[in-house]
Parts: sequence; structure tokens; C-alpha cells
Amino acid sequence: MPSGQYKTSYRDDLKIFQTTWIKFWLGFLLVILTVFPFVAGPYFIYTANLIGIAIIGVLGLNILSGYTGQISLGHSAFIGIGAYAATLLSLKFGIPFWLSLPLAGFITALSGLIIAIPCLRLKGLYLAIATFAFFFIVEYVFVHWDSVTNGTSGLTVPEASVFGIAIDTDIKLYFLILIIDICALSFANNLFRTEVGRAFIAIRDNDISADVIGIDITKYKIYSFMICSFYAGVAGSLYAITLSFIGPEHFSFLMTIEYLAMGLVGGLGTISGSIFGAVFMTVLPEGIRLLRDVLSDDFPFFVTRLADLQSSVYGLVIVLFLIFEPTGLFGLWIRVKNYWLAWPYSYR
Amino acid sequence: MNDFHIFLQLLLSGVISGSIYGLIALGFVVIYKATEVVNFAQGEIMMMGAYFCYFLITSFHISFLPAFIITLLFASILGILVEVVILRPLVGEPIFSVIMVTVGLATLLRSVVGLIWGHENLAFPSPFPDTTIEIFGVIATPVEITAIIASVGLFIMFFFFFKYSKLGLATRATAFDQRWSFLMGISVRKIFSLAWILASVVASIGGIFLASMGGLDPSMSLIGLKVFPAVVLGGIESIVGAVLGGLIIGIAENLAGGYLSTYFGSGVKELSAFMVLIIVLMIRPYGLFGKKEIIRV
Repeated sequence: MPSGQYKTSYRDDLKIFQTTWIKFWLGFLLVILTVFPFVAGPYFIYTANLIGIAIIGVLGLNILSGYTGQISLGHSAFIGIGAYAATLLSLKFGIPFWLSLPLAGFITALSGLIIAIPCLRLKGLYLAIATFAFFFIVEYVFVHWDSVTNGTSGLTVPEASVFGIAIDTDIKLYFLILIIDICALSFANNLFRTEVGRAFIAIRDNDISADVIGIDITKYKIYSFMICSFYAGVAGSLYAITLSFIGPEHFSFLMTIEYLAMGLVGGLGTISGSIFGAVFMTVLPEGIRLLRDVLSDDFPFFVTRLADLQSSVYGLVIVLFLIFEPTGLFGLWIRVKNYWLAWPYSYR
Repeated sequence: MNDFHIFLQLLLSGVISGSIYGLIALGFVVIYKATEVVNFAQGEIMMMGAYFCYFLITSFHISFLPAFIITLLFASILGILVEVVILRPLVGEPIFSVIMVTVGLATLLRSVVGLIWGHENLAFPSPFPDTTIEIFGVIATPVEITAIIASVGLFIMFFFFFKYSKLGLATRATAFDQRWSFLMGISVRKIFSLAWILASVVASIGGIFLASMGGLDPSMSLIGLKVFPAVVLGGIESIVGAVLGGLIIGIAENLAGGYLSTYFGSGVKELSAFMVLIIVLMIRPYGLFGKKEIIRV
């Protein structure tokens, strides 16, 4: 176990891989993740894909809310824009997936720019309300712009192919998502070692102080919105591929709540927290589904009201975590780790 | 029916929904002023009140008036519970946590109601007759007229309560500065609870009126979201402003629904309020009549 890390230079402190052990464990994890789809059943691969997509989406939200401190209640709108953009690009223009994925990201980033402009001067409550209103407008567009989005009937997503390999099985999709996840995580990790990321954190901690020390708040808030929505757009286009059908009902406000819950449960303002949160909040509804199947004989009304059961658990999880564990699973993990690092001389 | 009558009819429906929005916005502002909590669950508390009243009437077969009174008691208890159990541990936390905890609460309440009563529209055993009244060629039902009168009555009561009563003064003092009011011998905790009681009771009354007009289903809680355009328009610091904002949003929405839905489709009624909201926020980031906070580092 690594303990008593001693650093003599700022470069050491900035390192992503602080010790050789971390490199070792990450390599080990990568091996497990590579072997996983060949061992696990299709259901687990599908769940893993959902987790991978959720990680990308929640990373975006974490960059905006956790690191820049801007509340967004419109995250599902961004994910929806990404999903629709990728699908429409390949449906109407026949653009291949490897191009439509980043293009969808850029289109969503542009929409993030549009929402950022009225939001630049807003803070706290007003920002929450404005992003919420943005969500309603986007949902309205999805439902009513029949000629493009096909209204409530939704769109069937064409099969994707990357460099000639058709993504026709969940295993292939799994590796695609894994690669994109690694890119997304390393970008996010490195972002906060750069000037831009540091500026985000400064704005979160105190926007007026940040302004005073010469950070262009307007510019960096726009950056943050755009990066957030780029991530959301990528997550959305992968989500569309996974579902192979998209409609406005997939991008409801409940999805925003789900992502916010992931951020909060994992721990806002931490990269690894995003992973914890995504895993927890994706496994949780599946767990509830299993529980329902077990309990269905005793409580027959659970069967028909699965959605309510799941969303009530989302609500409960958000409330309980905020009251009892505001730093999320990441904070819990740090505390447990520190406890065992100094064991048996640990104090709480 | 000529054009002017259509306009009057739309105006009336606007005033009716506006007075309900005003009731919910009133509770929202009372909570915000006294406790600095942004309550995203206001619509859900309204819905809980309506469902509880429905439950009392249909399951225990008691008549409307006692059920109404018991519902108000229930709403008070719900308000206190939410305040003590959920929001008190978060005092001093950043606004993000407070907003999120009420969003979580809203999700929880809405799904619990869905779990128990389902998503079908339930007919509320309304005590009001089904007749219609015609005034100047405009058609209204007794429940709608009562809703308007009751809302106006409540607004006036609240106005006098905050202006002249000792408790109202204490609430205003708490809103002005919590620490100072604490030092002046005001029990800030009690004021917090009082604010939640008032807000829940007013919201429940609104919910019962709403249920008497169009029945009950969990999506009625979405009405609670209309408080945001209302308070942004009217200013989150001002009770009168919030009520007026609610009225304006109600009227604007119905006019938009009546005149614009032929061009933009059916959703334009719900959308118009939020469009107004974004435009207002772009021009004035603290709402039309909101107070610009001076922040020092």
C-alpha cells in the first residue's frame, strides 16, 4: 500500500499517476475490463455499456456543476440534442459514425454556447431556473418539429460502423464505449491540470475573486458550458446507438435528475466520483428491477409501477446522500482509505 | 361568440390559473424569504394536499369540509416534517445542495403518489355544483369563481398578516437578517417551521381547487414549476410581486394558448411562460423587480 508519499517538487504533485502502484492497479483494471465482455453474459455487457455512457455524461455535468459551480437542470436536453444530432446526421446525410459522433458533440457544444449566453450573468437559483426553461424549450422542439425529429413517434437509429467494422453486437459497442471512456477520462483529468481547468475551479470557489485576479469569467463559463455539452452530446449519440431507437420520452427531466444524482452520489468535483456515481446509479435501478421480480408475488402492484419505484429511489438517494454524505461515495472512499492506511493507529 | 368574448373567456381562464399559480408562488416566496431555501417541491406539496383530501373523502367517506380542515392539518405536519428532517441538516450548505435536496424531494413525493394512486386521472369528489354561470357572456363554473375569491381572500390575509401581526413582523425580521433576529429574541427555528406550514397550507388549498376543476393525477405537480416564471417576473423578494407574477403568467399563457397554438402547435401554452422567463432573465438577471445583491469577497 502506498503511504507517506513525499514530494519534493510541484511537478510531482501534478502527476496523474502519483505512484507506480496506481499505474499497476489501473493496468490491472484495464485487463479486467478487456476480459470482462468475454466472460460476462449479454445482460451484464448491456449494463456495462450503460455505465460507460453514464460516465461520459456525468463527467460533462461534473465539469460544469462540480468544477465550475454552475447549476444545470438541463442536462438531459443536451444529451437529447447529441442523440438526435448523431442520428439525424447518419439518417439524412449518411455521415459515417466515426464522423457523426464528434460532429454531434460539436453541435451539442454549439447548443451549449447558445444556452450559455443568457446564463452568463445568472447565478444559483436563477441559473437553475434558466437551464430548466431551456430543457422545456428543447423538449418542445423534439416533440413538435415533426419534419425533422418525427415528433413523439421517434427515430430508428441506423446501425453504426467504425472504420468498416459494423457495431452490430453489444461486445463491439462495449469496446467502442471503453475507448471513448478512456479518452473522456484522460481529457477531463488533464483539463484540471491546465489553465482552463484551474480557472473553472477558481470561478466555482469564488467568482468575484476569480474576476479580481484576472480570470475572464465570461470566457471560461462559456468554455465550461461547451465542454459539458460536448460530453453530453457524445454520451447522447452513444446512447442512441445502444437503444437503437430514440424519442422525446427518453430525454425527460427524470434523466436530468438521474445524472444529478450520479454526480452527487459519486461526489461533485471529482473525476473518480463520476465513475462511482455512474456505476452506483446504473446498477441501482437494475437492482430494483431484480428486487421487484423477487417481490412480485407478495406485492403485485410493484410490477406495474416499476418506473415509479425507480424514480422514488432516485429521489430518496439524492436526499439521503445530501443529508448524510455530502461528499458522496468519493468522500466515503477517501475516509475509508485513510482509515486503513494508518491502521491500527487511525483516528476518525 | 365574437372575438371580444373569446378574449374575455381566455382572460378569465388566465385569471383562474393565474390565481392558482399565485397561491403556489406565494408559498414559494414565503419559504424563500424566511429560510432562504429554494423549494422545487412546492408543486409536489400542493399535489400531496390534494391527494390526501381525496383519500380522506373516498376512503373514510367524510364530507368535504372536515376533510378540507384535516388536509390543512396534514399539510402543516408535512411542512414541519420537510423542514425539520430534510432542510435543517442543510443549513449553511451551498445553494446547490439545497436546490438539489428539494429536487430530490419532489421526485420522491411524485413517485410515491404514483406508486400508491397510479397515473390515471382520478375524479375528485368536488363539493361544487356542475352548473355554469354566465357573466357578460363569459362562462365560468362555481368552483372557478370560488377559487378566484378564495385566492384573493388569502392574498389579502397574508398581506395583513405580514404587515401588522407580531408573527408576521418576526418573519419579516428573520428574512431581513437571521442572526440579528435571533439576537432580538425571535425564535428563528419556529419562524422556519411557520414559513413551511404557511407555504404547505396555501399550496394544499390551491391543490384542492385545482383537483376540483380538473381531477387528480401526479402530473398536476408540474404546475408547481410555473412558480419560477412567476417569481422571476415578480421578484423573489416580494410577496405581492409573486402573486402578480403568477396572475400575469396565467393570463399570458392562456392568451398564447388561445391565439398562437394554431401556428405553433399545442405545447405553446406551456412553453410561453418559460420563453417569457428566459427573456426576462437575459435583460434583468435578478428578475424584473428582484433586488440586486451586493456581494463582497
